Amino acid sequence: MTRVVATTPGLYPLPDWAKDDLSDLKGHQKDDLISGSESEAITDAYDRARTEVIDRQQEAGLDRVVEGQLRWDDMLAHPLAVADDVEMRGIVRYYDNNNFYREPVVTGGLTATGDVAAELDAASEQVGGGLQAVLPGPYSLADLATDDHYGDEAAFLDAIADFLADEAGQFPDVETLFLLEPSLVENPPGDGPDARASEAIDTVAGAVDADVVAHTYWGALEEKVYAHLMDAAVDAIGFDLVSDHDQNTYNVQEYGTKDSVALGLVDGQNTLVESPETIRERIDWFDDQTNGDYDTVYATSNTELFYLPVNKFEAKLDALANAAELEEVEA
Amino acid sequence: MTGPREQFRPDDHPNDHFLMTTVVGSYPKPKWLHRARDMYEDDDRDFTEEHFAEAKDDASRLITDEHERSGLDVVCDGEMRRNEMVEYFAHRIDGYEFNGRVKVWGHNYFDKPSVVDEVGYDQEWLISEYEFTADVAETPVKVPITGPYTLASWSFNEVYDSEEQLAYELADLVNEEIEGLVEAGARYIQIDEPALATTPDDHAIVGECLERIVADVPDDVRLGLHVCYGDYSRIYPEILDYPVHEYDLELANGDYEQLDVFTDDEFTKDFAMGVTDAHVAEVESVEQIKENIKKGLQVVPPERLTVSPDCGLKLLPREVAYGKMENMVQAAREIEQELDAGDIDVGAVASADD
Repeated sequence: MTRVVATTPGLYPLPDWAKDDLSDLKGHQKDDLISGSESEAITDAYDRARTEVIDRQQEAGLDRVVEGQLRWDDMLAHPLAVADDVEMRGIVRYYDNNNFYREPVVTGGLTATGDVAAELDAASEQVGGGLQAVLPGPYSLADLATDDHYGDEAAFLDAIADFLADEAGQFPDVETLFLLEPSLVENPPGDGPDARASEAIDTVAGAVDADVVAHTYWGALEEKVYAHLMDAAVDAIGFDLVSDHDQNTYNVQEYGTKDSVALGLVDGQNTLVESPETIRERIDWFDDQTNGDYDTVYATSNTELFYLPVNKFEAKLDALANAAELEEVEA
Repeated sequence: MTGPREQFRPDDHPNDHFLMTTVVGSYPKPKWLHRARDMYEDDDRDFTEEHFAEAKDDASRLITDEHERSGLDVVCDGEMRRNEMVEYFAHRIDGYEFNGRVKVWGHNYFDKPSVVDEVGYDQEWLISEYEFTADVAETPVKVPITGPYTLASWSFNEVYDSEEQLAYELADLVNEEIEGLVEAGARYIQIDEPALATTPDDHAIVGECLERIVADVPDDVRLGLHVCYGDYSRIYPEILDYPVHEYDLELANGDYEQLDVFTDDEFTKDFAMGVTDAHVAEVESVEQIKENIKKGLQVVPPERLTVSPDCGLKLLPREVAYGKMENMVQAAREIEQELDAGDIDVGAVASADD
């Protein structure tokens, strides 16, 4: 019988007080963003904010809890923003959004920093079970960055994958790792790179003893990219049913999927809050369409959640948790 | 000659050539206006709506005058009554609600509104702002208005099937507001669509929005479109088909790297070119601005060139914003003299009487 696990892909909005406090403490310009060497006052503010968003997930009743990635000023590019031999340059557009991040330019050999692990360590003190780590998928991180050192695309992707694997290797015990791979949809790899993108995911997935979800969003994968992703040793692939349910179900009907799936069921970029019943219907619809008998369905928002104002973000956490509950009651 | 432009030439204009000088819209607010807003929003203070309205009137008078002092041919009030380019309008349109701030980048946020019901025209948006400014100004007044595509793109859409549909509904409301503005006497309206630069594939949607906006607008009303900070090669020359007279484009910021986009295909409308950078807190010299204006003359002949900053000036220190306007006007007048004297070789093909 399918187990519904309520979770999110992380990257939460800062609580409103933290928006004010941290903009006062840090400033508004690109040089003021996170570099990995914050003052004590800034660290304290982030600690307090992280504690709050963990409390809020636990209050909602989510089955997996993230640390919130509140320090990720550069969104999915964050792991490079705190690494040595990476220059953070001008502000560039973050996918097709009215959001911007600093362009990371890799100028030397990459080495892991333990930055993500440190946040998870802190979170683990507050989370008994169900801690979930979040990282950019290697293909997406390579896509968001510029290589000024490795020289060719394949070598750069390998280096990014090794870098992320080394970061993941420092994690405390986590139940699940979400690898966010929107670039596989937004800027799909061609022949050759598509196979390498899956191998790079393998590299990162192999570094943790946890269930690994390769989550995609902002549409559906091209068929060939999907077929290659099926070769990756992950426990589940994530599908954005909000932006393109037809093509995503088609991919599963045509090429099958892993024993578990992650389903993007609530819209991370719209304030309209889905009811638990609607979320549940979407799971059932996907089950019907794909004749699925899944071990686990990760019920999640399609995208990161920092696009939302805090009240709607919290309402979406509640809706996801309640949808999973609903299923258990009815089963 | 394209478009109803000659009406903006001042009676006492000193030169035969006329490079119309104007601004994009926003201008730094006096510090006391920010303080007045804080006091108005503080429930513990006895600072009423009337007090705040008086402060905004005063600021509008002051900044309109500041624009006129700089010598501009067409002025505005620096948008003293507006807080932000989407929020201001969303507060006045039926169907919107506000839930809180969202991140744009780093610690820069905006109160992104949600469309939670069918949008509708409730109260006027800019008519009283225009009437007040036109009343205090001696020179013609331009009205910048946020376009429907940007209003739709930078909102959460909880109601309509698509952003495109929402944009069209909002276009009808913008049309209604523009009709009111025209009735009040406005003759120069600039539609701001910065979101087009971020999603250039949607240029046909913006075109359809503009068709709706201009319906029933009389021919003697000059219509401009402002777009900034994007890859113009992805929207040009397609945008030339839009039903507007003038395109106001940011180019100083990129040091005119994209200028050849506009020379590769003939620029068949009026060109309002950014000649000072709105995000560099240093006043460019008259000489520097003159060089920039000459770049515009490679694109269009003088009678179709409007001289303007790249974008709204509101993020600059006020004295820098003023200095940029003043030097821009001085530069335009000097170029006109040189054109009159035949000292400048105009690169662009002289316009036929189209």
